[in-house]
Amino acid sequence: MSQTLRPANRRPGEQPRATQRRSVSNILQVVGILPILVAICLLFALLSPNFLTAGNAVNILRQASINIVLATGMTFVILTGGIDLSVGSILAVSAVVAVLVSLLPALGWLAVPAGLLTGLLLGLVNGALITFLDVPPFIVTLGSLTALRGTAYLVANGTTVINRDLNFAWIGNSYVGFLPWLVIIALLTVAASWFVLRQTVLGVQIYAVGGNDRAARLTGIKVNRILLFVYGVSGLLAGLAGIMSASRLYSATGMLGQGYELDAIAAVILGGTSFTGGVGTIVGTLLGALIIAVLNNGLTLLNMSFFWQLVVKGLVIIVAVTIDRLRKRSRR
Amino acid sequence: MTANIETNSDRASTVTPVLEMRGITKRFHGFTALENVNLTIYPGEVHALMGENGAGKSTLMKILAGAYIADEGEIRINDMPAQITDPASARQAGINLIYQELNVAPNLTVTENMYMGNELKKGPFLDRQAMEAEAQQVLASLGATFGPNTTVRTLAIAEQQQVEIARALKDKSRILVMDEPTAALSDRETERLFEVIRKLRSDGIAIIYISHRMEEIYALADRISVLRDGQYIGSLTREEISPQRLVQMMVGRSMQDFYEHQRRTNVGEVVLEVINMSDGRKIKPVSFQLHAGEILGLAGLVGAGRTEVSRLIFGADRKTSGEVWLRGKKLKINSPDDAIAAGIGYVPEDRKDQGLFLEMSSRKNIGLNRLKQDAKAGLINWGAVDRVATQAVEDFNIRLANLEIRAIDLSGGNQQKLLLARWLAINPLVLLLDEPTRGVDIGAKSEIYRIISDLAAQGVAILMVSSELPEVIGMSDRVLVMREGELVGELDDSLEKEITQENIMHYATGATEVPAS
Repeated sequence: MSQTLRPANRRPGEQPRATQRRSVSNILQVVGILPILVAICLLFALLSPNFLTAGNAVNILRQASINIVLATGMTFVILTGGIDLSVGSILAVSAVVAVLVSLLPALGWLAVPAGLLTGLLLGLVNGALITFLDVPPFIVTLGSLTALRGTAYLVANGTTVINRDLNFAWIGNSYVGFLPWLVIIALLTVAASWFVLRQTVLGVQIYAVGGNDRAARLTGIKVNRILLFVYGVSGLLAGLAGIMSASRLYSATGMLGQGYELDAIAAVILGGTSFTGGVGTIVGTLLGALIIAVLNNGLTLLNMSFFWQLVVKGLVIIVAVTIDRLRKRSRR
Repeated sequence: MTANIETNSDRASTVTPVLEMRGITKRFHGFTALENVNLTIYPGEVHALMGENGAGKSTLMKILAGAYIADEGEIRINDMPAQITDPASARQAGINLIYQELNVAPNLTVTENMYMGNELKKGPFLDRQAMEAEAQQVLASLGATFGPNTTVRTLAIAEQQQVEIARALKDKSRILVMDEPTAALSDRETERLFEVIRKLRSDGIAIIYISHRMEEIYALADRISVLRDGQYIGSLTREEISPQRLVQMMVGRSMQDFYEHQRRTNVGEVVLEVINMSDGRKIKPVSFQLHAGEILGLAGLVGAGRTEVSRLIFGADRKTSGEVWLRGKKLKINSPDDAIAAGIGYVPEDRKDQGLFLEMSSRKNIGLNRLKQDAKAGLINWGAVDRVATQAVEDFNIRLANLEIRAIDLSGGNQQKLLLARWLAINPLVLLLDEPTRGVDIGAKSEIYRIISDLAAQGVAILMVSSELPEVIGMSDRVLVMREGELVGELDDSLEKEITQENIMHYATGATEVPAS
């Protein structure tokens, strides 16, 4: 039965058991994943004296920065009910292109624009295939995941392209005050995306397409353009992440960014964005990416073996999906 | 408030009720959904349960089916207290529910669906033969025209419904609850369903029937119980049923001026003209004119092509031929946004599937179509959105606690008003309404009629597709009738082509000329 629930009338003492469970999940819905992040941080702070230091906090942010950028793009895509599996491969192609361009004598200054443009174009190709050929996003981006990985190796000619005098090395290695540029770029990306999703017509339309694409079409939203936009953004941000990776390493290879798409998706899902689209926030994604970074960092500080780290990370994702389902149930 | 209109029918003293629900109370979040509700059902009767949306019908039935547990009250079956704690125990007690949304697995056969979860076995193996034989028997008793081995996917909706009924019968169901069973059926299928229901009734099965369609209640019900605001208002026997009395019990006031629209014959200039429009498949070229301030009813049987025509005008489907003119200018409409830009609005028939963004706030749902025009450089003007939404909530009497409430949490009537508000916010010249009051309770219905009538008075040209004849007749200034993708008749209030139920049905079912009367 559909009726408007009036929270003002709620008298907590009288709630039967079923509704108590419901209000617990209501709280989870509002504050999202933050308590889990805090709990994990507290746990590591207790277990390792090195965890709760300013230096380590900056470290975590820097380690998180590339995934934050990828996951932000992924949020746009998943909000429309889609998925972009190709971001790791796009990152590699863009990184290789950027380093190669930086090696050109006269055109070196074009390195960053070239990397970004590469990402944007590849994302738009994904979007075009999805909208105009009507192929499901999972299949299109699974294809480009593989094809673009190959492309990255081909463009790099199977080797590592190195530029010891990389003109955009400052991105990966310089600071503003105590914050690395990588972190600033990641946070700016988050802020800009938050603004687009919350304060622009385009943002509302993205949620609308993900929430109900048929209704979106019937309210005059150009669904195809929205889809092109989100895959374009995802590609562009993958390109940015590629530049960030290359700048840190002074080099790029076809192997760069392998498996990054999974961390990005995990961050988005941890952040409470619904896999079916229409529900989710950028702030949630930021928290999700931080959880992954804190786990990586803390588990390493505890000298846990890499194999066990993978197991723990995987389990945390499953717990988060369970929470997601709890939220969905509360909507019934 | 609770003036009990109890009746003493003869059978009440002689026959044991198959079901008694006594003093049922259910609260959610301190909101009382049901308060001290009684319901008595006798074997072999069709008992209509009526009330507006939110009156508590669904909650009561979910308690009966074990989906909810009552906070207070007692359920007795055949004069014995029954413990219904979950859906399984309800089924064991002989209670089966058939929901509006059917509950069948389309990829399985009829037999497999009927026996899902309690398959017959021979040793460790399935006893397919026995199941098929029994299924065949039950299907035959229902007069079904399909066999037990048919894949459910290939069946029409009405037939899939029969599969559910067959499943209930196989379980030796004694009480069958049907929640809006005709919502997705054509008139002919509805008639078939009624035959089945009458047959079940003669076999002694009690049927609790929930529907908003009054004609069905008159056609079927032996008794009626009415709920209002979670309270039991009273019961009527067949002889006591009258539309006035029912409406009064349901809404607590009388039915005067239910359709407020005054039919008008001299309307304004032509606003929309459709010339030989067709989709190359179902819709044969149609032509008609729509005037300013006119409500043009588009009638016909389900599947006659009415929805398709409105979607073609709106650009939601592709036209293969024909033209649409608006105020003397030919329109190029390739997609809905072209139509919207020209000043055409469209309220689709299935608001949840095609209209609303259920997870979004009411504010955004109302403001969505205006976002662009109010925006500066793509930035949302939240102040304007708030103004529009607040105004709409007031104008249309949309009941919500605040504008942040998600659409999914509103009742059907309020959802429909939300959708109307979204379109009216952009001041359309032409409004295409597809089943504007489907699944909406009587109170909201009359409010929606008032809104539509007001719009026409302000000069909006309205095309209204509706399957409810009283609505078409009560609201339309002029009526077009479609049959099998073709425009077959036009009725206005001139003498020879009066807008009456008989004349509409005459065209809709196949006679091309209205007989001289």
